[in-house]
Amino acid sequence: MTGGAHSVVAEGLTRRFGDFTAVSEVSFHVERGEIFGYLGANGAGKSTTIRMLCGLLAPTAGDATVAGHRVSDEPEAVQSSIGYMSQKFSLYLDLPVLHNLEFFGGAYGIGRRDLAARVDAVAALTDLGDYLHAVTRTLPGGIRQRAALACALLHEPSVVFLDEPTAGVDPISRRRFWRLIRQMSQEGTTIFVTTHYMDEAEYCHRVGLMVAGRLVALDTPEGLKREHVPGAMFAVQGDGLSAASGPLRSQDGIIAVQTFGTGLHVRSDPDAWDEAGLRDALSSAGARVASLERIEPTLEDVFLEVVASDTEQAPS
Amino acid sequence: MSDALVADGLERRFGAVRALGGVSFAVAPGELYGLVGPDGAGKTTTIRILAGLLLPDAGHARVLGLDPVKQGSRVRSALGLMPQEYSLYGDLTVAENLRFFGRLFVLSRGDYLERTRRLLAITRLEPFVDRRAAALSGGMYKKLALSCALLHQPEVLLLDEPTNGVDPVSRRELWELLYEFSAEGMTILVTTPYMDEAERCHRVGLLHEGRLIAEGPPSELIGRLALEAYEVVGGDRERVDAELAGHAAVRAASPAGARLRVLLEPAGREAVAQTVSKLGARLEPTHTDFEDVFLAQVGGAPAGERP
Repeated sequence: MTGGAHSVVAEGLTRRFGDFTAVSEVSFHVERGEIFGYLGANGAGKSTTIRMLCGLLAPTAGDATVAGHRVSDEPEAVQSSIGYMSQKFSLYLDLPVLHNLEFFGGAYGIGRRDLAARVDAVAALTDLGDYLHAVTRTLPGGIRQRAALACALLHEPSVVFLDEPTAGVDPISRRRFWRLIRQMSQEGTTIFVTTHYMDEAEYCHRVGLMVAGRLVALDTPEGLKREHVPGAMFAVQGDGLSAASGPLRSQDGIIAVQTFGTGLHVRSDPDAWDEAGLRDALSSAGARVASLERIEPTLEDVFLEVVASDTEQAPS
Repeated sequence: MSDALVADGLERRFGAVRALGGVSFAVAPGELYGLVGPDGAGKTTTIRILAGLLLPDAGHARVLGLDPVKQGSRVRSALGLMPQEYSLYGDLTVAENLRFFGRLFVLSRGDYLERTRRLLAITRLEPFVDRRAAALSGGMYKKLALSCALLHQPEVLLLDEPTNGVDPVSRRELWELLYEFSAEGMTILVTTPYMDEAERCHRVGLLHEGRLIAEGPPSELIGRLALEAYEVVGGDRERVDAELAGHAAVRAASPAGARLRVLLEPAGREAVAQTVSKLGARLEPTHTDFEDVFLAQVGGAPAGERP
């Protein structure tokens, strides 16, 4: 590998399909061992970016270097240096887990002698030992997910691309999966991951936000919160909140009012508003406040702030 | 008034896999009922049996008191179904898909025009009527599928994972649509793998490995929890997380913003508090949520599968 400290470098990466620009001049770099989160609405260009970075789709303009290889010149070299786990874990459901591992090992060109050792290593890492002989179809989603990851790790890739690896997986398996991801990162594997679970994104060292094909924000989770959701954040539960949110929004020192789950998130100038003041303002606007408390902003707040105004664009 | 939807002892196997191991619940007219659980829990199998698309091995289903297979034509006219898989014609535009479903349900021209106008307005799909369905974003596609399922104004609506893989903004919009239809008296059964969405339903059945492991209004299920949730304030999140990973009283840990959130057995609270204080941190109580209900029910189960 020749890429220095950067495992992934994208420079003006662009992909057009006919008149439609799926990915537009995206530039970033990912350091070795970094967990890089790539977030965005459906259709924002996340999967198209990943397919280009994996050497599966040629860029229309710009280029990227992954594990030291340029995707435009050496897509095959890129493919053999990376691990890729797609949204729908592509396992053969009628085969036992072990045969899936052997099949993918063969496809990656791992020799017979090395293969047994590699299967043992990835099975130990992903804790699949008890399930190697079970037919994949009979296993719960969380275990299939670990099997798919194991297949993607057989050839010891230095960079792993995970496209919504935890969609539909139960909360216990999700937590286990992220423990594993963090362990791999600590051992030097670079992780490029997309997810719709904003709590998982908090584990990323840095997060990029895609809107309509453009990378509109890129920073650490802390940095994104500082820049995009400044002020004091309050969570409110109660009745009549949506009717009261309009009048509240027009008050001085109120930065934003968002529907959040079944309640509201209110962001305000911390010098102008405290709990009691907000409670009064909501009550006089006709709401019955059941609870109101100061909370720490999350990446979901950032996501709603950055993406909400931009998701449903009118057709051009 | 009798229940709008009934699942009574539903069992179903697919070869060696037991999809449903005796699932019973009932949904009252006008209720918004959530069937919540991870992939493979049996959500889709339950929906397919209720819609008359699949026969159970044992048990029975009723829709508005009718058998969904034997009285299939009457059930179909009262039932809207939004399946999980892609159900629209990708090559047809938004308007053409709506027209196709309008003809399928044999709507009069007057009804068709009035309903599509309303559905396009509330889903905000109006500006996109000429876009091919395949070119819609995930959230817009789901809203179109929902519109097509609602054209014949069903009394009962079944939605299979309408928000799976949909971004947080579109998820919120879809739920607001469901609230509107629910407020008009429609009975809605919705499935989701997102635990946080359980709290948006009137009543929830928590499905895991083919069994209902908890059922009730989400606030009651959360209120009944015997576990406590805390945020760890201060200290280094990674270090605290590593230190607590093996702690017997810690049932689960996850990030809550920049902090670590832990779910504890109350008996072990003091010991955990001492551990984190050695790392320069302290425990601050926080709310329990629906995901904790799942973790509490399932967390203790399979050895070696602890989060």
